[in-house]
Amino acid sequence: MNKTIITVVGKDTVGIIAKVCTYLADNQINILDISQTIVQDFFNMMMVVDATKSPKKLGTIQEELDGIGKSIGVVIKCQQEDIFDSMHRI
Amino acid sequence: MINMYEVRETNEMIEKENLDVRTITLGISLLDCIDSDLNKLCDNIYKKITTLAKDLVSTGEEISHEFGIPIVNKRISVTPIALIGAAACKTPSDYVQIAKTLDKAAKAVGVNFLGGYSALVSKSMTAADRIFMESIPEALASTEFMCSSVNLGSSKTGINMDAVRLMGDIIKKTAEASDSMGCAKLVVFCNAPDDNPFMAGAFHGVTEGDSVINVGVSGPGVVKTALEKVHGESFEVLCETIKKTAFKVTRVGQLVAKEASKRLNVPFGIVDLSLAPTPAIGDSVADILCEMGLEYAGAPGTTAALALLNDQVKKGGVMASSYVGGLSGAFIPVSEDQGMIDAVEAGALTLEKLEAMTCVCSVGLDMIAIPGDTKATTISGIIADELAIGMINQKTTAVRVIPVIGKGVGESVEFGGLLGHAPIMPVNGFSCDEFVNRPGRIPAPIHSFKN
Repeated sequence: MNKTIITVVGKDTVGIIAKVCTYLADNQINILDISQTIVQDFFNMMMVVDATKSPKKLGTIQEELDGIGKSIGVVIKCQQEDIFDSMHRI
Repeated sequence: MINMYEVRETNEMIEKENLDVRTITLGISLLDCIDSDLNKLCDNIYKKITTLAKDLVSTGEEISHEFGIPIVNKRISVTPIALIGAAACKTPSDYVQIAKTLDKAAKAVGVNFLGGYSALVSKSMTAADRIFMESIPEALASTEFMCSSVNLGSSKTGINMDAVRLMGDIIKKTAEASDSMGCAKLVVFCNAPDDNPFMAGAFHGVTEGDSVINVGVSGPGVVKTALEKVHGESFEVLCETIKKTAFKVTRVGQLVAKEASKRLNVPFGIVDLSLAPTPAIGDSVADILCEMGLEYAGAPGTTAALALLNDQVKKGGVMASSYVGGLSGAFIPVSEDQGMIDAVEAGALTLEKLEAMTCVCSVGLDMIAIPGDTKATTISGIIADELAIGMINQKTTAVRVIPVIGKGVGESVEFGGLLGHAPIMPVNGFSCDEFVNRPGRIPAPIHSFKN
């Protein structure tokens, strides 16, 4: 399975997780894992998701998530898991 | 499963420390394009390049988006043109026609550079090689994306001094014909690798297959940031830190190379383990040397620090990639590295120290601006010195110097973009005319009795 990592970083505010999760649910993207912390008032979230059943292409998902991020003042990145796997796993 | 710390580390490398894949270079063999009719040859070349490389740029961008890693350059390297044009070209202007075809093809597929306007004359020159070399000034002046290189020597054949003498002259003529800019795209080598993805010296060697994907990684900023955390620690800790960082950087290159190879259906060749700087602040090899404890690059200790850096990068990188090749080492191009520029301006770094540094790292005297009135024989002398280091030490060395027409020491020159800007460095003015003007070649060195 091709996993995708979504990271959300920015100033903490109400409803960040709700907005992102709603988008994912609307687009048939399944969440496999979530971790979230606040570091020095900054909201940090990482999600591992499975986007293979989504009708949308990764490029479109990236753009739309980026748009959502901008609307709530956070940076949302969406990357294939392979880059992290290659770098941190032998 | 990947954890948050690891994800953040990777993304910080990309966002704050300038981690990128410097280049995906598609090597294309033009051997099957050869024809004795020049127009037909150019036609074949244009068709082959635009067919094979049509998806290179879009695929590179796709990979870049999906993984979230910048891929700065998409490039093409081709079989040395001196060979490809030998049957068709009777005059230098015939070769220039091929150069223009290559440039047109590069533009059509949207790559940043195309390398391989090259000749391999490490032992001797054919008549075609000589005509080719004479075409270089006009070829570089009349093209935009094309890079040129000439291999003038090797550890197996010695140094072709006739060609060294000729290239001293060609470099001057190139500077005159192209307002010095052409010289930024012209490099001469000893022991030139067949699979180098980096410009200006990339060409697709004759031992290579029909097409191949080679990838060059970067990451001086990542190494520098990692070293900031081990300030004052022992050499053991220093070396381990570089090794681990180089491993991570190279893994990204390996991933991108494999992915590009799969998507373009072109075999994966090599990953070039190089610390390639850019003029961007924080993306400098010189800064790594300073972080190790030098006031400026060029201070006593620089050669040792660079040797250590280069070796640890290779040790870390080799395990991260299934095939390693190309130049693989730390690059020290003066104009492309803000730390080097600062060192030259502070008076800490001289041409002679740079020459010493090239003994322990790839690739050579790179992107060095010299006074426009430097004699051709002096340039040949500089080339001969640098190639001798490569020949004796069985490593690749190169020279890319830029005589800046109409300017002298103390002034500087702006190349723009990745090529940066450079202060003009003083050159030893004593003559080597008589030495350089001797005909023939320097014999291959003995490979025993190492000292």
